[in-house]
Amino acid sequence: MISLFSRIFIKVPVSVCLAVFMIVMLSLTTEAQNKPKKETIAFNENCLKCHGQSKYKYLNPESGTEVTKRMYIETIINRTEFYDSNHKTFKCTDCHSEEYGTFPHAGNLRMESKYVCIDCHGGDETYAKFQFEKIEAEFHESVHSTKHSEDFNCWMCHNPHSYKISVRSNDKIKDIVAYDNAICLNCHADISNYQMLTDKVNPNILKKHEWLPNQALHFKNVRCIECHARTNDSILVAHNIQPKAKAVRRCVECHSTNSILMASLYKYKVQEGRSKAGFYNGVIMNEGYVIGANRNYYLGILSLIMFGCVAAGILIHASLRILKRKK
Amino acid sequence: MSGKIYLYPVWLRLWHGLNAILIILLIISGVSMQYTNPANPFIRFDIAVTMHNFSGILLTINYCWFLFGTITTPNGKYYKLSFKGLMERLIKQFTYYTFGIFKHEKPPFPVTKESKFNPLQQFTYVAAMFILVPIVIVTGWALLYPEFVLTKIMGGSGLKINDFFHVILGFFVSFFMLIHIYFCTIGATFVSNFKSMITGFHESH
Repeated sequence: MISLFSRIFIKVPVSVCLAVFMIVMLSLTTEAQNKPKKETIAFNENCLKCHGQSKYKYLNPESGTEVTKRMYIETIINRTEFYDSNHKTFKCTDCHSEEYGTFPHAGNLRMESKYVCIDCHGGDETYAKFQFEKIEAEFHESVHSTKHSEDFNCWMCHNPHSYKISVRSNDKIKDIVAYDNAICLNCHADISNYQMLTDKVNPNILKKHEWLPNQALHFKNVRCIECHARTNDSILVAHNIQPKAKAVRRCVECHSTNSILMASLYKYKVQEGRSKAGFYNGVIMNEGYVIGANRNYYLGILSLIMFGCVAAGILIHASLRILKRKK
Repeated sequence: MSGKIYLYPVWLRLWHGLNAILIILLIISGVSMQYTNPANPFIRFDIAVTMHNFSGILLTINYCWFLFGTITTPNGKYYKLSFKGLMERLIKQFTYYTFGIFKHEKPPFPVTKESKFNPLQQFTYVAAMFILVPIVIVTGWALLYPEFVLTKIMGGSGLKINDFFHVILGFFVSFFMLIHIYFCTIGATFVSNFKSMITGFHESH
């Protein structure tokens, strides 16, 4: 038995063993890099001991008593969400002033300008595939940016303390759709958030979309941006949100072979099936179905041939009947 | 010899007429959706979808009517397929349609009160009404309520497989429709079979 094992072992080339070892080591290193360091977590606790909960305590030096105060909701950071987010390896002071280390915080710190995505991600080779420059340009053309100027920044939609990229990381399209739509609904279905930028009352989304057939199905399976942002094949997520008059309303924009969904989320899910002769058009998602776009190329051809044969058969039979009819 | 036999009762004629209209609407809207093209729509997509959904729902009700009528009236006997010697009978009828008819031979299985269908008719009608149409109806309802369809069937998407069956069998229903209408012109006269489905009386050759 031992000799059998050793024979098998010897047959495996050294290079293969080395490659496997390298892959294991590399994955371990990447995993380690993606985890926040213990020192970082300990350092962040200085902030999170107050900002990680709904109340905080401090000693009033004048009265000598301990005071309990409610934490302002927008400055509460959820530890679980933060350490699961894309920015989990960061120290608070990587983005915020080190002066926050003293309490009470100095009043002028409120005027501190905040970073936006491009400040860190612009021109960085590591993030080249995300094309932050293109996203930035698209965003500046969008209705969000043109209508609200500087008031509207990346953080309106992408909470830096909890944002987690979902495209290509989740298995289910429905989860990605729900996650992405929640970003829009955070303001468009919440009047207090909506009115941070306008005095108008936010429109009722269900009523505004009453014209849409199978509304509930569409909302569960399609992202808002599929119809409300201009499609861009070259970036992962379209950011050029259009004014409502330019939103997609024609069914066939999606329900046809040149479905706009081809340039969207779905192409990352089933890229390999995108060829013309693919069993189904690549648009379609592992678990979804879109009438008109789920079209089988071979079935189309076969059906035409069969329709042709039926028609030809009838024509020949009818002609013979006419030719051979009783005179 | 020519005579008239009362073969098609009122309930059957009403079912048949409604069935014909609905299936034609379903074929037209179905083909329009299947080959939808933004530049050149045959029927506007949303109209085609609504048309297909309504016709499909009505067809289901109509199908239940057919089933009820077939079970509760003597109409059911025409659909009892006898497998003994079926192949020979099918070949005999097929030979008549491909050769005999042009030589003005008499039909091998003339229409009587006891058997209104010839073997080929009986075989295709049983297949259409008890296999083809029920599957198209079930898969059609599944597309109306996709949340009830199994998401995975043998590793593939349940919806895709469901859709595939619906579309393919839909094509077969279309072929049946074309051939059925054409064969109706083979009667005592060119239009006598169409008249029969209005009056209820079958006119023999």
